[in-house]
Amino acid sequence: MKATEWLVPRAEGLYCAPGDFFIDPLVPVPRAVITHGHADHARPDHGAVLATEETLAIMRLRLGEDRAGATQQPLRYGEELTVGGVRLRLEPAGHVLGSAQAVMERAGTRAVVSGDYKRAPDPTCRAFAPVPCDLFVTEATFALPVFRHPDPLREIDKLLRDVKLFPDRTHVVGCYALGKCQRLIALLRQAGYDGPVWLHGALRPLCGLYERFGVALGDLRPATEAAKGELCGGIVLAPPGAIADRWARRLADPVVCLASGWMQVRQRAKSRGVELPLIISDHADWDALLTTCREVGAEDIWVTHGREDALIHALAGFGIRGRALRLIGYEEDETA
Amino acid sequence: MRLFSALLERLAFTPARTVKLALLRAYFAEAPDPDRGYALAAIAGTLVLPAARRSLIRDIATARVDPVLFELSYDYVGDLAETVALIWPVREAAVEEPPSVSLVVETLRAATKSEMPGIVERWLDASAPSVRYAILKLMTGGLRVGASGRLAKTALAEIAGIAPDEIEEIWHGLEPPYRPLFDWIEGRESRPDPAGAPVFRPPMLAHPLEDADLAALDPEDWRAEWKWDGIRVQLVRTAGGVRLYSRTAENIGAAFPEILDALDATGEAVALDGELLVLRDGEAAPFAELQQRLNRKTPTGAMMARFPAFVRLYDILFDNGEDVRGLAFDVRRKRLEAWVERVRPERMDLSRLIPFADFSELAALREAARAASIEGLMLKRGASAYLPGRPRGMWWKWKRAPLTVDAVLMYAQRGHGKRSSYYSDFTFGLWREGEDGPELVPIGKAYFGFTDEELRFLDRWVRHHTIGRFGPVREVEKALVLEIAFDAAQRSTRHKSGIALRFPRIARIRADKPAHEADGLDAFVKAYLAH
Repeated sequence: MKATEWLVPRAEGLYCAPGDFFIDPLVPVPRAVITHGHADHARPDHGAVLATEETLAIMRLRLGEDRAGATQQPLRYGEELTVGGVRLRLEPAGHVLGSAQAVMERAGTRAVVSGDYKRAPDPTCRAFAPVPCDLFVTEATFALPVFRHPDPLREIDKLLRDVKLFPDRTHVVGCYALGKCQRLIALLRQAGYDGPVWLHGALRPLCGLYERFGVALGDLRPATEAAKGELCGGIVLAPPGAIADRWARRLADPVVCLASGWMQVRQRAKSRGVELPLIISDHADWDALLTTCREVGAEDIWVTHGREDALIHALAGFGIRGRALRLIGYEEDETA
Repeated sequence: MRLFSALLERLAFTPARTVKLALLRAYFAEAPDPDRGYALAAIAGTLVLPAARRSLIRDIATARVDPVLFELSYDYVGDLAETVALIWPVREAAVEEPPSVSLVVETLRAATKSEMPGIVERWLDASAPSVRYAILKLMTGGLRVGASGRLAKTALAEIAGIAPDEIEEIWHGLEPPYRPLFDWIEGRESRPDPAGAPVFRPPMLAHPLEDADLAALDPEDWRAEWKWDGIRVQLVRTAGGVRLYSRTAENIGAAFPEILDALDATGEAVALDGELLVLRDGEAAPFAELQQRLNRKTPTGAMMARFPAFVRLYDILFDNGEDVRGLAFDVRRKRLEAWVERVRPERMDLSRLIPFADFSELAALREAARAASIEGLMLKRGASAYLPGRPRGMWWKWKRAPLTVDAVLMYAQRGHGKRSSYYSDFTFGLWREGEDGPELVPIGKAYFGFTDEELRFLDRWVRHHTIGRFGPVREVEKALVLEIAFDAAQRSTRHKSGIALRFPRIARIRADKPAHEADGLDAFVKAYLAH
């Protein structure tokens, strides 16, 4: 029996028939495997939830104890479990803290659901581990050859040079609360920036969670508690929705920055009113998508969401069969 | 090229003028000669390169990239240079350094057509995406950097601690890569001498006149002329050439060849100050007609016949090669009249002086002038020398009281820069009878005229009365009346309402007035567009 016969795309999400569970289901289901904690993948009110310890903690924090699954079962990376007629394990996806690929085996065939992933180094989470398989399910957020993410440390250098050039202004960087925020801080530290990083209130709980899991983030301070003038020349992180809105009025002549893979396209950056776009993404870029799809050696590749036309066209050139699942509900996030 | 591409990138995203200036200063301080001179030329629009065909760029890209993927990408990005810059697959690790700005400029000038593709491919291979983008934009000419030549000159002036006008005065005598200019502003050499070049002279500007100012003026000392509603220009002819400059030192001659021809035909060494206008039935036409010509870099014959341009002369700066700017207005005026009388230039006439006994007579004349081509009056002190900039107490502009209309706020959009968190761009409309009863039709957009406090009120009002969102635009309840002041109303085929306002601004927020009592479109047209 081929993997494409026992892993089934349904309206609720991908369904593993022999294990009787969904992976990242879009609606509440009795049994769910969750690849990572982003809101479009980790939804509330499932029955039994299986994920990494980190992802479960993120779900409890964001959804509340009572909505993060009736029962929660942690699974360590690489640890194997038999669920019904399928053997299941989780492997790192390199996307955010706790992010995992779901690896399923049945009768000598293997399917891997990668969730969201990236191949670029990230000091805040375990690196993506390619797993050879027969069926590989991939995202395609940045599946156009114009998306080639530069070295993130060069983008950080761009930010730090700008801070030097405008020492009286506050650099406010829009970033997603889970993953991007902590990665930015870690990159800043890696680049030798040891000053305080000021945080919008919405970003603080997850930074605390990362630190509890051993990711050191250095001197973090709430932006609302800064004394007058303290934010001049400082770096403030905030959710993208706050950077150009009323919250940002407290800042000194802010330089609006946004850290996202979309910032590679000028019009996208301009339409967001961004003054300093930082091309830092937690998703695989074009080269990483193609490399990964070829590395895992899968005969079939399913594309969950994104620019699937280009990816499927390119895969056909390598003799790989691609199929667009067009699962509705995974977000086209501006901050990816 | 790395410095230049970083500058381009940062300028493109920066709304604030002061920040753009800081970026330009930093670039000019850091970049070497002659790169920075060519960069300055590219920003100021004075870099003349053989135009590379867009098809060349497309061809070298599609030779390396799967055409389907190229089309999908181009479709997504929307800009050819940007698509190619991002998609360019490097064949092997870069062996060469990216080219410098000057190498690109000099090579583009010298290379033959058949050499070009190979050269460009090597450059792209050696460069990162933002550098590729800068190279391709230099090649295709559409730089659109988000900074004007004037801004770049202002940055240079700030480096030297001088007024930007000092640079304007010699600018048009210089050529890329402007080494003598950099030598001067950095103190290595003295100021370059424009000699016989037809350079721009900074114009003398007027202050708005308030009624309080008027009381202190003695009518004897003052001369009055109409303030015509065209664009202020400077005409310069020397042995070195003929130029038509805008008030901001832009060389706009190519758009008005008939004026250049008329000026050249005089054979005079002269610099004149005047208003560029379109002639309609022997009269100056409203600004909208001139706008038709301003929108074109080079006019067609048909455009020139439909919208014939002429210049109404205000002043003379150089007469037979002699600098007369130090003379009094009254003396210059005599020289100007004598010049017109002697030379009888084509496509030029004199701006008439208006005789008056006292200011109340003048005020009455001002209010009675309904012609759309007149903005108001100019008052010039008879003893005033022609001084660059806006000296106090010399020239006054006495605009007609603005026209007003009560309109209803319909849509709002967020502003830019400091205003990016405020809804500060407002679209307003007037009532008309629609098929299903009264409906609002938008007549214009205003984004100034209000105080900071009023802006906070409007921002709050918009947020609390939003009924629809279209991307960055919010539609609001049709419930707030705004008193809109404007200088003139014109017919327009580009607007749904058929009218366009000149300089619309928000004069007052009429929160007290019910929306249904705002003005109607029909009455508006009758009042302001009847003639």
